[in-house]
Amino acid sequence: MGTAIRGLSRCCAPRRRWTLALFLGPVLAGLLGTLLPAFGWLPALGGAALSLDPWRGLLEAPGLARAVALTVLTGLAATLISFLLAMGFCAAAQGMRAFRWAQAMLAPVLATPHAALAIGFAFLIAPSGWVARWISPWATGWERPPDVATVRDEAGLALVLGLVLKEAPYLLLMAVAALGQVPAAQALRVARGLGYGPVMAWLKVVLPMIYPQLRLPLRAVLAFSLSVVDVAVVLGLGQPPTLAVLVLRWLSDRDLALWFPAAAGSVLLLVLVLAALALLSALEGVAAWLGRRWVEKGARGGDAVLLRGAAPALFGLALLASALAMAGLLLWSFAGPWRFPETLPAALTSATWQRQVQAITDPARTTLAVAVLATLIALALVLACLEAESRHGLRPGRRVMAILWLPLLVPQLAFLFGWQVLLVRLGLDGTLVAVVWAHLLFVLPYVFLSLADPWRAMDPRQARAAAVLGAGPCRVFLAVKLPLMLRPVLVAAAVGIAVSAGLYLPTLFAGAGRVATLTTEAVTLAGGADRRILGAYATLQAALPLLAYALAAAIPALLHRNRRGMRAA
Amino acid sequence: MGPSGSGKSTLLAFVSSALDPAFRARGRVVADGADVSVLPAHRRRIGILFQDDLLFPHLSVGGNLAFGLPPGGSSVERRTQIAAALAEAGLAGFEQRDPAARSGGQRARVALLRALLAKPRALLLDEPFSKLDAELRARIRDFVFARARRLGLPVLMVTHDPADAESAGGTLLRLPG
Repeated sequence: MGTAIRGLSRCCAPRRRWTLALFLGPVLAGLLGTLLPAFGWLPALGGAALSLDPWRGLLEAPGLARAVALTVLTGLAATLISFLLAMGFCAAAQGMRAFRWAQAMLAPVLATPHAALAIGFAFLIAPSGWVARWISPWATGWERPPDVATVRDEAGLALVLGLVLKEAPYLLLMAVAALGQVPAAQALRVARGLGYGPVMAWLKVVLPMIYPQLRLPLRAVLAFSLSVVDVAVVLGLGQPPTLAVLVLRWLSDRDLALWFPAAAGSVLLLVLVLAALALLSALEGVAAWLGRRWVEKGARGGDAVLLRGAAPALFGLALLASALAMAGLLLWSFAGPWRFPETLPAALTSATWQRQVQAITDPARTTLAVAVLATLIALALVLACLEAESRHGLRPGRRVMAILWLPLLVPQLAFLFGWQVLLVRLGLDGTLVAVVWAHLLFVLPYVFLSLADPWRAMDPRQARAAAVLGAGPCRVFLAVKLPLMLRPVLVAAAVGIAVSAGLYLPTLFAGAGRVATLTTEAVTLAGGADRRILGAYATLQAALPLLAYALAAAIPALLHRNRRGMRAA
Repeated sequence: MGPSGSGKSTLLAFVSSALDPAFRARGRVVADGADVSVLPAHRRRIGILFQDDLLFPHLSVGGNLAFGLPPGGSSVERRTQIAAALAEAGLAGFEQRDPAARSGGQRARVALLRALLAKPRALLLDEPFSKLDAELRARIRDFVFARARRLGLPVLMVTHDPADAESAGGTLLRLPG
């Protein structure tokens, strides 16, 4: 065991090379592999000379302008609304009991995969969905579902809301983490003592303190919203679709010549994301300048009764919609006959599950295997790096952190496409190895971000006390640090499993369409399958990460039931 | 005065309406002849200084003072007021400086100026000198009390340092441990 740990810590010495190979390899090779076909170079498909034909093909595609406009508008709107909602909630609900309640609700919402939540949300707001059923026929007179597009609407409103359901809680979680690292409560008391209203004090004092830590998460949200595929397939308009969906459609077409404009489209998406990120940086600069002048004017603000009521109510509504979406999935999967205006099914039955058990077992097993493997590898790498960090006093610099965030900031389409071409060359496409590797790109950053802070906050004197008693570094790691860190390690593992279970595009590309997980199946079924079947797949997809979170909470509670010092704060 | 855990800071939290919901408190807070107990924190106009000066790191020294200054007045007037306050405290010309790059004594003075510019009815001090070294401590202490006395400002200070308590020259209350 000791050698294993020594090996682990040694693997962190050349960890830069490892990180480079594991991370930059796929991303950079993938970007190159997308860029070349975008300019006509893909010998395997007969593209042997550089040309602008792919771009001509892209620009001539019908509906491209609409697709680009839709992508930009929905992406910016989802990011802006999520940010305002999360910050508004923080500013308004500070010190209220609602703040603790919302925090408790965050984990299940964040654990739920995007696709499952989007499907449940569609069940909720569709013309034949729950909301319409509650108000029909007594308020609306509808005896059959009304002919209005509440899902897949022209303006992409459903898509925006579906994204906000996940991203506002995510930004709130990041804000809560950042709040723990600044003297927010005392700074608020000082500002209140100077006569500032509660919301004004938060906006002028606390927001600028925590904003530096929100910059990267906000950028990840923006990049994700612009390039998302699974949520856009479920909630977005089919004709024209968003740019990412359009590109994916070309890639899955039987006509391989469409790969060239698809590559150009991926590059265009990358350019859009980079432009949006630049716009965000410019806006931050302007906001900082205007904000400083605003703060120095000294306006105190009032009780802000309206905002203090409205912001928590809106955020609560978003959380409630998520909860109802999940409940709807479960209910549909057990629903017997369920005619339109009725709020509940006439009977509950396990018939759907019994019919689907054969078909669903394989993707469920694959999802679990990929998630567990990717998470274990990520945990091993992250623990090795954190351990090396504390032994040698090394801390990852900004550059290493930037590499970690890279897969979260570059649109997945832009490098997965090129990477798949490379995997084909290596003979790895469609294998479990390729899928686990692809998942690792996204699982590792989240496991690291989740575990790094608690690990670094560990009291170093306990390790020193153990060392003084004669324990070697390996024994200290195994017998003191790991047990002390059991809860954060398990939470990080649950985060990893949740991330992996929700990944759509990486699975699709690395798996070459041959590795089916619950996510890929659910998104495919969202095209038009029976709600009961769709409900079953999405329920199971959401159940896996929720189970992981439940275990992460239950295991330490059980093991440490007689240890008061180990209880959660 | 009182030992750790005797409720000193909790008392100040009650006075400034920042009491943790876990506590129940009875009594009234009267400042400047008015019962402010029913007012929310930001209407009480009771300033507070902690042992950390809590200068806002995103603002310059002048920005921090502008934050304390009540709204209104042209920007020239506001700047004049801030410059005068700084000059009086021996910090003339420090407007554009980064508070994080100032010494502990300068930061403590800026924090006090910020609190005073808001024209408080009373000032709360939560062990404000305990992080300063001995010599600086005496100087800052005198600076704070001299200012408060000149303005006729009621001050409630909690501390566990007898020298602090003595130099305040006011009524001394001991909280049982």
